[in-house]
Amino acid sequence: MDRIPILQMGKFLLVTIQVDLYDRLALNLETDLAQMVYKTGARGVLIDISALSIVDSFMGRIIGNIGTMSKIMDAETVLVGMQPAVAITLVELGLELKGVSTALNVEKGMLLLRNKIDSFSETDIEEQDDSSAE
Amino acid sequence: MKVDISKLLQKKKTQILERWMTNQMADEILREDLISNEGLRNQSEELLTKLVKLVNDKNITEVQSPDFEPIVEILAGISHSRARQGFSPRETGFYIFSLKDALLETLQEEVKNDPSALYEITLKVSKLLDSFSISTFETFIKGREEVILRQTDEIAEISTPVIRVWDGILALPIIGTLDSARTQVVMENLLQEIVESGSGIAILDISGVPAVDSLVAQHLIKTVSATRLMGAECIISGIRPEIAQTVVQLGIDLSNIITKASLASALKHAFSMMRLEVKKSTKENFSL
Repeated sequence: MDRIPILQMGKFLLVTIQVDLYDRLALNLETDLAQMVYKTGARGVLIDISALSIVDSFMGRIIGNIGTMSKIMDAETVLVGMQPAVAITLVELGLELKGVSTALNVEKGMLLLRNKIDSFSETDIEEQDDSSAE
Repeated sequence: MKVDISKLLQKKKTQILERWMTNQMADEILREDLISNEGLRNQSEELLTKLVKLVNDKNITEVQSPDFEPIVEILAGISHSRARQGFSPRETGFYIFSLKDALLETLQEEVKNDPSALYEITLKVSKLLDSFSISTFETFIKGREEVILRQTDEIAEISTPVIRVWDGILALPIIGTLDSARTQVVMENLLQEIVESGSGIAILDISGVPAVDSLVAQHLIKTVSATRLMGAECIISGIRPEIAQTVVQLGIDLSNIITKASLASALKHAFSMMRLEVKKSTKENFSL
């Protein structure tokens, strides 16, 4: 059975989706990610969907689920590289992916994750710039 | 007495053309600025030649006859080009009506001895030319509509430019009413530019939007949501007092969106989000 590879980079997990996701594959990814977050104790999950040209409501929900799921295991989720067409479709479908942060590309996503985790671990009230990427 | 229309027309063709031309010239609405006399004469002659060749006793009563297709085609071409050149409907209509006058005058001269035959032929010719003028009008209107559609497209295209105001900051001034179609264009342009420039902040300036109702607000919220999904932040600026008032009266919730009164304050906010500072230069000999 096909699986989407999940790579570990220090405290973060990196998932780059390079093929069009069919429902079964997406469900597998959800399960695998939950397992991986638990096993590695990751603090952040970065999902790159720059290669996806189609995201349907089911996929949208899976991404939302991943976000909520990681959150309760104390990991932040950042979704990066969404194509304009995908963004328009999701908005038209009424999915705003609340609870999932977004960034333009992997580099910016990593920076955002790092900022988030730093601000949480240091419980620093001074750092309040993260609202920019919510 | 039976009148052979095709023979009669053949015989009198030059006379009819002359009459027609005189009619057209005599009219004070002749647009010499838009078409030369020479051009008009060629156009008219071509049409009349076709008409004389095609019309006969049988098909003159059947205005929808396929025999007349070439004539309708020529007329369509003429009225189409006239619509584009900016002729008025009256001027275009007059082109055919003056031919009718010329034809009827000639007929009257030829068949003046037989009133009943004259009446019959007049009626037929009149009907045929009325039908031609209707088809001329149809294509005229179609031509005008094409012009309008093209201009609408152009306006939609021109009126939503995406400007890079700073490294990483885009601005999109919206001018005119936001409807669904334009929102789509605005959204596509903005998102595409965000991808291309890698900008993290987009400022949507609505100072040029005349009125904001709940539908426009919904479109704005949609655009902001799409920008956020891409990973950029969207600021709405240019909220005039009237707009603020209607938004409150309509009960539209914009609290999740960063809104600013002017583009300047939006830019200021964007700078602070990017931790940028703009300072006045302290050098005294700085020339400006």
